[in-house]
Formats: sequence, structure tokens, C-alpha cells
Amino acid sequence: MSDAALLWVAIVVLAIGAFALKLSGYVVPGWVLEKPRVRRAATLIPIGLLAALTAVQIFGDGKSLVIDPRAAGLAYAVIALILRAPFLVVVVGAAVVAAVVRQLVG
Amino acid sequence: MTPCLRRRRLVTDGTDDADPHSVAAERRAVRTRSFGIGIAVGSYGAGFGALAVANGLSMVQAVVMSLFVFTGASQFALIGVVGAGGAALSGTVAALALGVRNAFYGLRMAPTLNVRGLRRLAAAQITIDESTAVAISQPTPDLARQGFWSTGLTIFVCWNTATLIGALAADQISDPSVIGLDAAVGAAFLALLWPQLTTRTRQLVAGLSALLALALTPVLPPGLPVLLAAAVGITAAWPEPGGHHTEGTRDV
Repeated sequence: MSDAALLWVAIVVLAIGAFALKLSGYVVPGWVLEKPRVRRAATLIPIGLLAALTAVQIFGDGKSLVIDPRAAGLAYAVIALILRAPFLVVVVGAAVVAAVVRQLVG
Repeated sequence: MTPCLRRRRLVTDGTDDADPHSVAAERRAVRTRSFGIGIAVGSYGAGFGALAVANGLSMVQAVVMSLFVFTGASQFALIGVVGAGGAALSGTVAALALGVRNAFYGLRMAPTLNVRGLRRLAAAQITIDESTAVAISQPTPDLARQGFWSTGLTIFVCWNTATLIGALAADQISDPSVIGLDAAVGAAFLALLWPQLTTRTRQLVAGLSALLALALTPVLPPGLPVLLAAAVGITAAWPEPGGHHTEGTRDV
């Protein structure tokens, strides 16, 4: 099979699998949801994943950890969140801070 | 008409706020915030479209991925592996590993949304980080539903439009980091996480998950560290409420 065809297979398998994963959360039997342990897990796991995504998105670079202008963007975001800034002010501001710092150091 | 625009009686448990004006105002506020989040997050699809083409996908493949895969981290994982010269199907495995969290989001959203048939399929497709995060940060089920649909549908439209634009403009925006978009995504995840950090249990889970993911980043393929960070949440959720667990028992 050619590389292009393999890429299509990979995309189709991913599309089907990703949707099946999303749907599985909706079709599990109701009694599973009633378990307190599952309820707590369903609350805490997304929190952990969002935190992990934040960390890896800011400090990860492939398989290495780096401190680069993205960290300045994150620092700004933390301050903005403490000051209860609206979401867009947090996100756009973080992009602007990172871009400016990148210009200054790069 | 989209489900998010359907009028529904606000059902609360005892702490009823019957003033219809303030209910409508709250719904408007949630909708406005959802649109803002959706546009901000969706616009990053331009980065995906551009990077996908830069990493060897055709424009059609980039657009198909955004329409049918529609979960950003997984999409980036696949083009990352392909771009780094990895086998396409091993990229699929990494991407699917990253998509497992959406099953947990669906588990969390199912009782609140209570959807069947085609609407359930639609809800499943837009069950992603941001739509779930907006929903679970709302004070009532009604506002949670509003936030879920508004955020998810706005992101779906913006993400796919932006993917097309980004793929078309791949030559111009080959490096989204120049305009700070890489930092914006991290800031967006943090901003979505922030309102949920209301108990010490939650703060601990967030902190330990972030540390675990960072610690595993140098030793595991991209995607797996984030997935394995779920172990922290599972561990924290495991113990049944006991006498000395005064916090995080009834509402973690």
C-alpha cells in the first residue's frame, strides 16, 4: 500500500475510533454512573487531564522539556486569572505576551 | 434550530431563582462566553490546517480530519507523528490514546444532557475538552446544557472553517508560534481548568497530574504522558469516603 493510502487508512481509523470513544461515555449503562467512585473519577480525571494538557502544551517540545516564551504567556495567564480577567483577555493576552517575549529574546 | 437555543424551564434543587429576567440574562451570559471561547479555540484550527499541510497531508485530508476526528490534541498527535517520519498507523494509536479522555467527558455529560438518537450522536461528536469544561463550570444543569451546546457547536463551525483557511494559507502561516498561538492554547486549557479548582482535592489532582505528565514527557511518546496523568484522578477517586476524609467526599 502506498504512503498516501496508508495515511488515508490512518485518518479513517482515527475518525471512527475517536467517535466511538466519545460515544462510549453516553452509552454505558446507567448503574455505572451511579457508583460514587465513578462519579468522583468523572469529575477528577478531566481536571487532571486539563492540568496535564496545560503543562505539556507550555513546557513540552516533542520529548524534551523547555522554558521558552510560552512560559511567559502562562505566567501572564495565571496573573490574569487571579485578577478574574475574562477568558479572551487571558487567552489573547497570553498569545501577545509570548509573541512579544519571543521577539525580544529571539 | 440548535438544541442550545431551545427554551427550557430552569430546574434547580430548592435554591430556585424564579426571576425570568435573570434566568434569561444568565443564559445570555453563558452563550456570550461560549461564543468567545468557541471563536478563540476554533481559530486555532488554522494552525492545525497549516501544520497538517506542512507535515505532508493534503488539504482534503486536513479538512476531513477536522470534520470527523474533531478533537484537537488527537489531530495534532497524528500529524506530529507523520511529520516526524513515524508510521501513520502508530500516529493513529497515539491519537486514539489521547482521545480516551473524551469517553470520560461523555460519561460526565450524559446525565446532564440526557440525549437520545441523532441528538446523542451530535452531542458525542462535540464532546471535547472545552465544551465539557464550560458545561461543568456552570452552576445549574440548564446553564450547563446551554454552555455545552453553544461552546461545542461554535468550536465545530470555527475549527472547521479555520482548518480550511489554514490549509489554504499553509505557506504564509507555517509557524503559528510567531504570533504566540502555541502559548494561547496552553492558556486556554488553564483558563478552563481554573474555575474547577475549588477544593483542595481538585487542586492536588491538577498539580500532581501536571507534574506527572511533565515527568513522563522525556521518556514516553507524545500523547501518552497526558493520558497517564489520568492515573492521578483515578487514584484520588478510589478511596470510599471515610471518617478522616472530611474534604472531597460528597463533592470532590
